[in-house]
Amino acid sequence: MTEPATSSNRPPTFRREQALLLEVHNLSKRFGGLQAVKDLTFTVGEGEIVALIGPNGAGKTTAFALISGFLAPDSGTVRFAGRDLRGLKPHEINALGLARTFQIMRPFPRLTVVRNVMIATLGRHRDTREAERRARAVLDEIGLGAKAELPAGVLTLAERKRLELARALGTEPRLLLLDEVMSGLTDAETERIVELVRALNRRGIAILLIEHVMRAVMSLAQRIVVLNYGERIAEGRPEAVANDPRVIEAYLGDEEVTRAPA
Amino acid sequence: MWAAALAVAVLLALPAVLSGYAVTIFILIFFYAFLAQAWNVVGGYAGQLSAGHAAFVGVGGYTAALLFERGVTPWIGMFAGGALAAVLGAIIGYLGFRFGLRGFYFVLLTVAFAEICRILASNVEAVGGAVGLYITFTGNPRQFQFQDQRAYYYIALALMLLATGVTALIERRRFGIYLTAIREDETACEALGVDVLKYKLLAMIVSSFLAGLGGTFYAFQNFSLQPGAVFGIPLSVEIVIRPIIGGAGTLLGPILGSFILTPLGEVSRSYFGQSGLHGAHLIVYGVLLVAVVLFLPQGAYPYLRKLLSRRNIA
Amino acid sequence: MAVGLTLIFGVMRVVNFAHGDMMVWGMYLAFVLATRAGLDPYLAFPVCAVALFALGVVVQRGLVDPIIEAPHEMQILLMLGVALVLENTALLIFGPEPARVRSPLARLAWEVGPLYVDVARLVTFAVAVVLTLALSLFLYRTDLGRLIRASADNHYGALVIGADVRRIYATAFGIGAACVGAAGALVSPILPFQPPTGLSLSVTSFNIVIIGGMGSLVGAFIGGLLVSVAESLGAVFLRPSLKELFSFSLLIVILLFRPAGLFGKRTP
Repeated sequence: MTEPATSSNRPPTFRREQALLLEVHNLSKRFGGLQAVKDLTFTVGEGEIVALIGPNGAGKTTAFALISGFLAPDSGTVRFAGRDLRGLKPHEINALGLARTFQIMRPFPRLTVVRNVMIATLGRHRDTREAERRARAVLDEIGLGAKAELPAGVLTLAERKRLELARALGTEPRLLLLDEVMSGLTDAETERIVELVRALNRRGIAILLIEHVMRAVMSLAQRIVVLNYGERIAEGRPEAVANDPRVIEAYLGDEEVTRAPA
Repeated sequence: MWAAALAVAVLLALPAVLSGYAVTIFILIFFYAFLAQAWNVVGGYAGQLSAGHAAFVGVGGYTAALLFERGVTPWIGMFAGGALAAVLGAIIGYLGFRFGLRGFYFVLLTVAFAEICRILASNVEAVGGAVGLYITFTGNPRQFQFQDQRAYYYIALALMLLATGVTALIERRRFGIYLTAIREDETACEALGVDVLKYKLLAMIVSSFLAGLGGTFYAFQNFSLQPGAVFGIPLSVEIVIRPIIGGAGTLLGPILGSFILTPLGEVSRSYFGQSGLHGAHLIVYGVLLVAVVLFLPQGAYPYLRKLLSRRNIA
Repeated sequence: MAVGLTLIFGVMRVVNFAHGDMMVWGMYLAFVLATRAGLDPYLAFPVCAVALFALGVVVQRGLVDPIIEAPHEMQILLMLGVALVLENTALLIFGPEPARVRSPLARLAWEVGPLYVDVARLVTFAVAVVLTLALSLFLYRTDLGRLIRASADNHYGALVIGADVRRIYATAFGIGAACVGAAGALVSPILPFQPPTGLSLSVTSFNIVIIGGMGSLVGAFIGGLLVSVAESLGAVFLRPSLKELFSFSLLIVILLFRPAGLFGKRTP
């Protein structure tokens, strides 16, 4: 059951012209008795927006940790821009142009907002002035410019989500992994983030996002990969995935399934 | 900037008017501020609590003293001592950081290494064993020996300014900015492309090198080295407590801490020590430490600054 | 015979710098009770336990509690301060000379075949086993005990289910201190002690807690056994002055190759 033959599994035609940026192949990770990710295979093309969705505990965040080097996979490979990421540390992977955000935001609470972003920009710009200039530019773009001098610890939830995004952006990535940057936000705030992500994508940054806010996923993603119990159960265009019976079953069956012993 | 220049000018002129006893106190203030500043790089900025910095002082002092016995001037031995201390710092740092020891476990690791140094030094006769090393007095400035205590005053002041200058340089550069972030959240740093292991290790090396330099000063100011005194936990406590009380991770915190604690420690030591009550100054330190943690967790310096400029209340 | 006291350290898993010093206070209390009131340490240990329980609750309530949400580093520094005060107050009051409590039991020995069994050690061991069993019964069989274990696992979770976490922590800390006090009294006839003894006791306890880990009875027992066997072996092959060297080296090795799963919780 590694390659479920869903109707949506056909490679969509638009992907042919795109160079592959991220290639995840047969990735697996087990925690004790729990198979968190199982034989996961998918790709993200240059400049593409792909969403990773699935019920709680489906292995999405684990997949992110495996791709970004925070966890080592039991088996399988991750290639980024043609390069095998095996054995690379998170900061090395970041230097290659793959940045991630954390679902549980991790700002540096006692540093100012601009310092927070400078930690990211300093990687590419050793000169602190240049790094600060870039950090401010990113903050302006993301709408946090007015808060630059505040310690990050005092920001609101929505602002911290944006700071998380700003920092990832500050590393000048080619691929951005966004882990639930919209959950818990009001509709208006969500809409602003959606616009922001779209703008980043227009600049050529590919995006892989984990998201539960389906409206945002539907409007942003060009392709959706659905996980359940660590396995890919469907993949394809948003409309096709939304109507896929397996996906509907996974979500509706969620309640009973999660209670059953895995 | 002007205030700093003025302060340095005052400190330079001070020995002219100070009594001999006051000069000795100032020597201790500067020397401990220097060690505290060295600790501050790794303990304050990078947030890696080392409770074994005495080990670096000891290694530095023993190196210089042993080299001196073989005819090498301490002016060179000092840097050899610093280098060896830095090697020890690199080993401790690499083990601690590579194996992911944080917080309490890193504290334990540093204490364990310092204690091992102390026990080894007390048991190896070649380095003086439990008696320690005594340095023959020559009074020759080329051998780091001076008749006049004021010479030590200026050297201690220079050391303090050196460490503060190094820290100020680090603070402004990428290195220092990274360290402040590492203190807050190492995982987030890694995600943002920061080589956490490398920068923590660098901080440890800079810090232990400076502390190692201090060992030479200690040896040639006291003309003796005892394992318990230079490797022991009490010295490590002296080093840690100053920046914590003055303000860890701030440039002036360790100096302020030393100006508060050194006279206090000396007074209570001589006052209670005369009545045979040793360790009383450590009670004072302990109480202060508890009070600072409870009421001024950032230390005295940031608090003072807030008092002086009421506007930045974030 | 370190097993006796090590059992207790292991089960509570409250690791802090002041632990060894609290134990030294337990010893001195036994010393004072023995010399002033003529109370044998083997009878006096409950008194020491109660006194240390009170001390533990006061430290937790007055000092640790206000900064329970603060970074872990602050708690380390706080306990370092407490340890400094405790150790040096003992030094101030009792002086630096080693002390030892005399108990008539300590002079008895039974001959069992080729071995001499020290009665005092046997009694210490027996009492320690009983205390440990009682403690584990308390932790695993009573509601308060379960709550303590739950809060130790997950501070936030315990808050969510509406537990009075402050009271639970105070109790846990108090019990930890009480055990240490009792242990101090119990070993006071066997082990000569002085104020700085606290540090080496702390190191031994860290060794055991980290090896045994998990607050489990079995883990503590095995940890205690391993550490005491290792330390005794070290003492046989090395000069006595190097015995300490051995325990510190052991500490480093244990820290670096610690059993997995024990540490994750403590890092923020």
